[in-house]
Amino acid sequence: MISTGLLPVLITTFLASAVEATEMVTIVVGVGATRGWRSTIIGAVSGFGVLAVIVVVLGAALSRIPIGPLRLIVGFLLLVFGLQWFRKGITRVAARGLAGMAGEDPHEAAEQWTGPGIDWTAWLLAFKGVVLEGLEVAFIVVSFGAAANNYGVAIIGGAAAIVIFLGIGFIVHRSVRRIPRSFLQLIVGTLLTSFGTFWSVEGLGVNWPASDATIVVLLILYAATALTYIAVLRRRAPQMRVAA
Amino acid sequence: MARIWSWIVAFGRFWYSFIVGDDWTVAVAALIGLAVTGILNANHIVGWWLIPIIVVVMTGISVQRTSARR
Repeated sequence: MISTGLLPVLITTFLASAVEATEMVTIVVGVGATRGWRSTIIGAVSGFGVLAVIVVVLGAALSRIPIGPLRLIVGFLLLVFGLQWFRKGITRVAARGLAGMAGEDPHEAAEQWTGPGIDWTAWLLAFKGVVLEGLEVAFIVVSFGAAANNYGVAIIGGAAAIVIFLGIGFIVHRSVRRIPRSFLQLIVGTLLTSFGTFWSVEGLGVNWPASDATIVVLLILYAATALTYIAVLRRRAPQMRVAA
Repeated sequence: MARIWSWIVAFGRFWYSFIVGDDWTVAVAALIGLAVTGILNANHIVGWWLIPIIVVVMTGISVQRTSARR
């Protein structure tokens, strides 16, 4: 039974960790649905493995890891890779609309990895997402645990957030498959570009005006950008739809 | 030796494809944008707005170039 004084610690740790867990699961589900699940899951599991080693070895000393440079590197990689999918998604949706329900459009199968080995792109994206977000959850747990002088409750809050949101990701991943691939690529590209923008700039030590809520503003800005460019491309070159 | 070399080439190709992709100008613009944001921040000038602007502008230029090629 958790005492009344510890309940706020549990709830706060859970909610703060839930923000990071949502970002982690969004990346893993988005990449898995777009590139294929095998390499994505291996990447996510590898990420959890590395994360477990870091947490076990460093323990409470975890807060000494310089998170800024890590955010900058991971953010830059997500930004430049996300921009590739963002641009491809815009040109493909402009050319073909929402054709290809449930992956039936042969044009769009190219993004799915069909080779015998590991798809290192999917592996790396999932790995980075899990390690960075997992580390952020670990920082939250250490910070709140130290402040409340009770690591146990903070660990339960952080772990519960990851488990619950992974479960939600597992439940929704089948529904994600029904989204047309070109549109899915645009959605995931928008998400990766938004996260990449946020983390890379934050990694430089810059404070965003609305803190974590800025991610939502970036998502809206980039979604509006995509819709505008799609409308412009469709108006200017209707023949593109046939050529693509 | 040839095996090691082919592995190095494949490794380099993977990172080039991951970071640069089919339009090097976008990756370079993002890199320059982050460098300028860092410089602005070091001089206590608000710089969070720069990367979103670069994303919006460079995406427009890049998709326009791609559609013109088709």
